[in-house]
Amino acid sequence: MPPMLSAKRLNAYYGQAHILFDVALEAAAGEVVVLLGRNGAGKSTTLKALIGLVPPSAGEVVFCGERIDRLQPFQIARRGLGYVPEDRRIFTDLTVLENIEVGRQPARQGVPSWTLEKLYKLFPNLAETGDRPAAQMSGGEQQMLAIARTLMGNPACILLDEPSEGLAPVIVDQMAAAVLEMKSEGLSVLLSEQNLHFAAAVADRAYIIEKGRVRFNGTMAELDADDAVRSAHLAV
Amino acid sequence: MSSLVIQFLNGLAGASTLFLVAVGLSLIFGVTRIVNFAHGSFYMLGIYVAYSIISRAGAGGGLGPAGFWGGILVAAMVVGALGALIEILLLRRIYHAPEMFQLLATFGIVLVIKDYVLWAWGPEDLLGPRAPGLGGSVEILGRPFPEYDLALVFIGPLVLGLLWLLLNRTRWGTLVRAATQDREMAGALGVNQKWLFTAVFALGSALAGLGGALQIPREPAQLFLDMGVIADAFVVVVVGGMGSIPGAALAAFIIGEIKAYCVGIGQVGFLGYSVSLSKLTLVAEFIVMAIVLVMRPWGLLGRQQGAQRIAAGARERPAAGRAMQIAVLAVAGALAVMPFVAQPYTIVLLIDILVYALFAASLQFLMGPAGLVSFGHAAYFGLGAYGAALLVKKAGLPMEFALAGGPLAAALGAVVFGWFCVRLSGVYLAMLTLAFAQIAWSIVYQWDQFTGGSNGLVGVWPAPWLASKTAFYYLAFTLCGCGIWLLRRIVYSPYGCALRAGRDSPLRCDAIGIDLARLQWAAFVLVGTFAGLAGAIYAFSKGSISPETLGIPLSVDALVMVLLGGIHTASGPVVGAAVLTWLQDTVVRNTDYWRALLGAIIIALVLVFPQGIAGFARRRWARSEAA
Amino acid sequence: MTILRGSVLVVSALAKSFGGVQAVREASFAVEAGQLVAMIGPNGAGKTTCFNMVNGQLRPDSGSVRIGGVEVVGRAPRQIWRLGVGRTFQITATFASMTVRENVQMALLSYHHRLASWWLRAAHLYREEAHALLARVGMADQAERPCSVLAYGDLKRVELAMALANAPQLLLMDEPTAGMAPAERIELMALTADIVRERRIAALFTEHDMDVVFAHADRIVVLNRGSVIAEGVPDEVRANAQVRQVYLGSRH
Repeated sequence: MPPMLSAKRLNAYYGQAHILFDVALEAAAGEVVVLLGRNGAGKSTTLKALIGLVPPSAGEVVFCGERIDRLQPFQIARRGLGYVPEDRRIFTDLTVLENIEVGRQPARQGVPSWTLEKLYKLFPNLAETGDRPAAQMSGGEQQMLAIARTLMGNPACILLDEPSEGLAPVIVDQMAAAVLEMKSEGLSVLLSEQNLHFAAAVADRAYIIEKGRVRFNGTMAELDADDAVRSAHLAV
Repeated sequence: MSSLVIQFLNGLAGASTLFLVAVGLSLIFGVTRIVNFAHGSFYMLGIYVAYSIISRAGAGGGLGPAGFWGGILVAAMVVGALGALIEILLLRRIYHAPEMFQLLATFGIVLVIKDYVLWAWGPEDLLGPRAPGLGGSVEILGRPFPEYDLALVFIGPLVLGLLWLLLNRTRWGTLVRAATQDREMAGALGVNQKWLFTAVFALGSALAGLGGALQIPREPAQLFLDMGVIADAFVVVVVGGMGSIPGAALAAFIIGEIKAYCVGIGQVGFLGYSVSLSKLTLVAEFIVMAIVLVMRPWGLLGRQQGAQRIAAGARERPAAGRAMQIAVLAVAGALAVMPFVAQPYTIVLLIDILVYALFAASLQFLMGPAGLVSFGHAAYFGLGAYGAALLVKKAGLPMEFALAGGPLAAALGAVVFGWFCVRLSGVYLAMLTLAFAQIAWSIVYQWDQFTGGSNGLVGVWPAPWLASKTAFYYLAFTLCGCGIWLLRRIVYSPYGCALRAGRDSPLRCDAIGIDLARLQWAAFVLVGTFAGLAGAIYAFSKGSISPETLGIPLSVDALVMVLLGGIHTASGPVVGAAVLTWLQDTVVRNTDYWRALLGAIIIALVLVFPQGIAGFARRRWARSEAA
Repeated sequence: MTILRGSVLVVSALAKSFGGVQAVREASFAVEAGQLVAMIGPNGAGKTTCFNMVNGQLRPDSGSVRIGGVEVVGRAPRQIWRLGVGRTFQITATFASMTVRENVQMALLSYHHRLASWWLRAAHLYREEAHALLARVGMADQAERPCSVLAYGDLKRVELAMALANAPQLLLMDEPTAGMAPAERIELMALTADIVRERRIAALFTEHDMDVVFAHADRIVVLNRGSVIAEGVPDEVRANAQVRQVYLGSRH
């Protein structure tokens, strides 16, 4: 079976700066894949290139059997690739429910579809916040809302950019549980992380990116066993 | 008592009109972040289109109220469709350009629409028919009040209510509000912002068209409505808070009422002086705006905008390479020998170019290194011109003193205006500068005894030793050249660097003890002085001046020069001034529709050179050197 | 808690509320010269509010902040900086259109009251001083690069050099390692700790990375719901049951 999402020879620029060099990665259905690497290594840019916010200058991205690397972000999102940015980017002028409404898309065949009730089960903290302005939420709640908003688009695969960044340790644990719950629903999850604990708790496979290139590709067990790789690229 | 009520109703009718004009602008800005200078043109088109429809099919054609109101709605829809077309054909290509270039492009549209209206409807004022069934007046507390104005009092809130429902009770409205806050994120969630933008632009344009069409029974269709209306609309939008629709309603209400009472009260005695409040109406809204912005820098119901993209990629470089120095010397040398080789007419044109080059360079200093956008830079040019002229004409001073006094007058103006302006940033700052220029213009325009009012001042001639065009040319060449050189020198001084630092990161400036507001205030005074010098030279080169030297069109010309030339290159304003002045001169001599041609050229330039001409040349240069 | 007379920063009974919500209540703590003090706590605990009251961006409702013995409540950030307070930000704030050296020169020009000059060339002033500061933070070899192309970790170092330009007695760092890779975090904090000790600077920082906090802080102040719930050396704080419950969880 071909992977749900695959990228080959992905290159991307920010203005004049060449950020990604021939990045290749894949994620199968129901798999949690983590991109590890230092800040500025190109993790966020990889996710942005996949969703089309930083259009790749070369390479190809295939999602559910279709080339998406020349599409606009909204077209990619409508094909079932969800994206949760690093800084969450909640619509603070809107209420919590309105935020979720913006993400809503019709159900897709063969893909877990989400309702408000299901989202509230995933993130109980959101349940009683419906008409509150999103601006009043705490950082952890905003991260939950950002994920819930994207899930409302019924994605087949979700890109999470540093979901644990800036969260208190207790909330990080909650976030890990939510990622595993998404996986059990059958969702593919591709996330970028710097927090190795978090990555180890949720991921099946890992890619290590450094200076815009993929340096390691293997299962979490392989990464765990490979001290050389970890000390060379993650410096933990 | 009854007169107070009538004035209140008058105010409401005026507020309704203002709201309809402004709300579309606010909506468009909120979602697309485009400051649409052409909004006033859409309003004007609304009146003209409605006039044509109604005078044919409506009241004149015997269709009665249905024809009249139907005609107004059709006119709004026609304008909305035109807005959609412009959005698709032009704006879509420049959403990623810096805001100032978008503004420039919409100003190009203003010029094109103006000449289209001139071509299609002619230069005469056109008075539309009265609204069928609402042509009379009703008695309120014993005083007559026009029925149509009463209808307007209800139409404004009706439109507000419908818009509120649309934005808060429909999915489309939720998406619009989401995109207003973060269009990129909305796109990543599957929202097709392309059509959302088109729809919003069409809706906003249609509202402008509606606002215009509804004025048919109240005022004639005139060619200069666009500029007056855009100034009104900007003020309302800025006072209310850009992007805030309730804010626009509140601001329209406040301004409408203040204007109505100013007219109604008329003359008042104050400390023995008689002050005409009705004359205040021309500036009342600008004074309201200045007060509101100083107290609430983002308008009554607005919120802080994200950083402007004006500084994106900005990087001033110290003294350019040898080739550039040689080029500058060559141009200076060529200019120095011009009087020996060129026609007298060319010399006159060159004086204009030199004056505008200094004027544009002063604006570039403010916009580039200091990162402060001014829409009202003509204020300082005009103050310099009037300062110099009045010193000669009224104080009887010799021309040489007047030439120094003009810039001083402009500097004084900048001290006052700048004190307010540095409290703001971004679009709000730009709007406040516009407001001050308009206040200065109104004062000069109305103070007949002192400034000559709309006629201006004549007989402002230079001293005898400068009477020949050649001598005056060398004076202009020396003063303007030194001014431009000095401005450039300052960019790389500690003071200039501190200004750039403030543009890059006000937060960091604060953390290293830089008193940014004070430095920026000084920047206003500095550039005001140089703009004033340009104005003073201009006054003596023409021999006469008019309020136009403070007008919005001249401010826009300066912006066009800076943006044409490239905002982050010191040579930019000089190139821009030369190109625009030459272009205007050539085009005006060759066609009646020079505005449209100029507008088309501006639009084309924005599409081709989003970095400005000089910026484009520099990139080319850098690329060829690298290769 | 003991507040030594010689403490560089003394915060006492600081309080601030926003629209009826008490963001910081009666917070008191102190930082001594040569000491790194971490302020930690869950999101919304009042860390940033506390921080901004110390640096002058926010005015407290009540309480006092003394820096080097001088009461600073009511003073603008600029005036507080003049007392010798260096700051770094959670999201780096540098001058993107300038080079690394020019960035540091700006801070030096400001410190030496030279910003009013309209004639001299800024690039020629305080070059050596700027280089010395950049050398201290390990950025000398990148002095001529524009800030806009630097890696994030390097920008943090530039910020540190700028914060040192006014020879501060107090360093305020808001999430100094946010957005950096683990190894870089440790490196940057080790550098900071060295500088703080060698120059006898008092340093206060907020931080989410507990590895950084426990590795480098001399003392830790824990905030929860606006109140200081614990204060002490790392081992004391780590052992505190309340701190574990509201913030640290089981891992640390």
